[in-house]
Amino acid sequence: MTRHGDGATTRTGRSPSAVAAALLAVVALLGGGTAAAQVAVFGDVVHTMAGEPIEDGVVVIADGKIAAVGPAATVAVPDGSERVRAPVVAPGLIDAHSVVGLAGAQNQPHDQDQLDRSEPLQPELRAIDAYDPGEPLVDWLRSLGVTTLHTGHAPGALISGQTMIVKTKPTTVADATLVPFAMVACTLGEGAQSGGKGPPGNRSKAAAMLRGALLAAREYEDRRGADAEKRPPRDLRHEALAAVLRGEVPLLVTVHRRHDVRTALRIAEEFEVRLVLDGMAEAVAVLDELRETGTPVLLHPTMVRPSGERRHASMETAARLREAGIPFAIQGGYESYVPKTRYVGFEAGIAAQNGLAPDDALAAITLDAARILGVDDRVGSLEVGKDGDVALFDGDPLETTTRCLGVVLDGVPHLDR
Amino acid sequence: MRSSPPIALLPVLAAALLASSLAAQEPPVAFVGARLEPVTAPAIEDGVLVAHRGTIAAIGPRDDVTIPDGARVVDVSGRVLMPGLVCTHSHVARPSGGDRSAPIHPDCRVIDAIDVLHPSVHRARAGGLTTLHVMPGSSHLLSGQTVYLKLRRGDSVEELAIRDEDGAIAGAMKMANGTNPQKDPPFPETRARAAALVRRAYVEAEEYREKVRRAEAGDGEAPKRDLALEALVEVLDGKRVVHHHTHRHDDILTVLRLREEFGFRLVLQHVTGGWRVAEEIAAAGVPCSLTIVDSPGGKQEVRSTRWENAAILERAGVNVGFNTDDPITDSRVYLRAAQLAVRGGMSRAGALRGLTLAGAEMLDLGDRTGSLEVGKDADLVVLSGDPLSVYTKPRQTWVEGVKVFDIEDPADRAYAYGGEGAGDETTFHGCCIGEEGGR
Repeated sequence: MTRHGDGATTRTGRSPSAVAAALLAVVALLGGGTAAAQVAVFGDVVHTMAGEPIEDGVVVIADGKIAAVGPAATVAVPDGSERVRAPVVAPGLIDAHSVVGLAGAQNQPHDQDQLDRSEPLQPELRAIDAYDPGEPLVDWLRSLGVTTLHTGHAPGALISGQTMIVKTKPTTVADATLVPFAMVACTLGEGAQSGGKGPPGNRSKAAAMLRGALLAAREYEDRRGADAEKRPPRDLRHEALAAVLRGEVPLLVTVHRRHDVRTALRIAEEFEVRLVLDGMAEAVAVLDELRETGTPVLLHPTMVRPSGERRHASMETAARLREAGIPFAIQGGYESYVPKTRYVGFEAGIAAQNGLAPDDALAAITLDAARILGVDDRVGSLEVGKDGDVALFDGDPLETTTRCLGVVLDGVPHLDR
Repeated sequence: MRSSPPIALLPVLAAALLASSLAAQEPPVAFVGARLEPVTAPAIEDGVLVAHRGTIAAIGPRDDVTIPDGARVVDVSGRVLMPGLVCTHSHVARPSGGDRSAPIHPDCRVIDAIDVLHPSVHRARAGGLTTLHVMPGSSHLLSGQTVYLKLRRGDSVEELAIRDEDGAIAGAMKMANGTNPQKDPPFPETRARAAALVRRAYVEAEEYREKVRRAEAGDGEAPKRDLALEALVEVLDGKRVVHHHTHRHDDILTVLRLREEFGFRLVLQHVTGGWRVAEEIAAAGVPCSLTIVDSPGGKQEVRSTRWENAAILERAGVNVGFNTDDPITDSRVYLRAAQLAVRGGMSRAGALRGLTLAGAEMLDLGDRTGSLEVGKDADLVVLSGDPLSVYTKPRQTWVEGVKVFDIEDPADRAYAYGGEGAGDETTFHGCCIGEEGGR
């Protein structure tokens, strides 16, 4: 993708007839959403995210996996393949952190399962027990090109529960799930505090409770390894945190203020846990610490409202993280009201408006996100052997005016809208 | 339109402000080299626009416009110059209207609440906005009197307020239906109760107006002065336009029904389900100000959100404008409203008009701002590129020929990008904006 100059249209152009033809092709071939053994996705430009964009390229998908990628002139497309064409082809987009599927569009009690406030520490709450693949917001994100979601329990409790990684398929949880237990969701700062309804009531108490929970889980882990008769009874809460202590899943800490970031780093160092920082409105104030510790960042939506703990949020933060060499991805985040979800394509576009190179902006919602989530062996780029997840656009994917023409998801074409 | 009662001092203050504004307008300013988007005419490549004494003195291709001697030349080569953006629905500056004591508050004025030094106001300047309709929220059937602002430099609402011909502060009346104003009594718990309460209020105002008229004709005693009924009479008389929050298609039709019964002038706000009743809205000749958000939902009545809404209403012949509903959407990225509308099929011309002239017309300011035409206020935004591209950022904002925001000015920069010092918990000092020596 090239950065377009003032007033320029996309490099691929976007003549109405080309768009109409592309749409027709998609309607004809994707409408059914049925599985095909082989699908060939042609693009005037194919952003593989593994090397330079390919002009007039094709992605061949067989049995749900990418079988070949390259210039259409040189890649053999098997006979009988479904053929799909779009002006611009990219990997299916990844929302690096969302609550969609637990949080629904209607914003009524029946579709809001992202946060339980009855206790401050509930790492045993599994996202897979709450995710609804039929939620309209899942369809909405898929219709915009998002094929992978890191979703789960929301910020707003010291430990609100677990997160998961899903494909945005309208199917069962089991079928949609890529990683059932991805991270343990923790919040520090004002967002973790109860507002007088019990602990934690302030920052120190929150940190002490988190440390206490990790310590208890470590003791539990040690004792579980002891002789059968001395083994403590199974404890779901300790079990979830023990997975963090063993390094199997990261601790995802939502934090905005600089001193809260340092608290998260301090606790992660003390317990030697893998840390992923989330939100991070004041990331530019802690660049040195992030670089020294190699801590990745799931950055708040670029258009996050600059109020409360996010009052110092900047639309340039993504560009500053890139300059500093800190791994980051852009997230859709959690919204309590309107818009009920954000779309990472729009957020990445605004990051590109504010100093992030367009290629890096696209990486922040594809391959860089996959790497931080630990699923880059499956998704995030168009490379042989990865899942057949492709997004089709009628122009530059970062432009607000660009339409998504559909996705191919695990080799299955979808045109939802 | 006028606030009541007009305060005697205000016309004097207005005249003084006008004088100082004119003084700041010498010498003329010539914007040279940009692509001009006049909104009412085709784009002019490599154009020149001359602003003088607060208004647009000349506009045209470089070869056709004579730059006056002594003019200050602003090189905007490679940029795009368009009318300052008009937002017909904003909650910047910490507005409030009525409290929870009642659902209808015609006597509450937003001018008695807002803080024009709140940083949200300068973030709006950073978004290229020059004209704002600041209103209280939608949690009442009628939350109060609103105000139309020009985002001039100034630290009082009096300095920013737009005035009508009598020098009175101009504004509208904010009303709402649907779920937002529904709650426990004395608020309505149902839609029918909501409409009944509003009709009762208008009937009372009609009776009040009749008593006043009769008293003026020597028939009987004038009624005791009532601030709430006075304001509603302004609505009935068409002096104060109703800007009505409404989402669901049936709620939209309820508003049109009440307008038919009581004859008030109306602008529909949000109009999420408008695409379902576009013909009815067009037949009523009522303009629509749309808030365009990134996803459906957030509450049940906005499930019908579609980006095609603007295009469908445009095709039906409705005057379609946009708004930020800031903080629902961020004033700094207001251009996105037009971009999303185009994504949904709206015409480019309609989308640019929706950011500017359409809104100006909804505020009865269509003859003063909203397009680049000789004689109109020199309300301008200099964009880095095409207004419909995500890569475009507003670089300068000018109100009545005075620069009020410049992205190159270190004091302004944070308001455009964010970062330390421009968030909601800070106070905007406005000490050194622009190049004209601050204030």
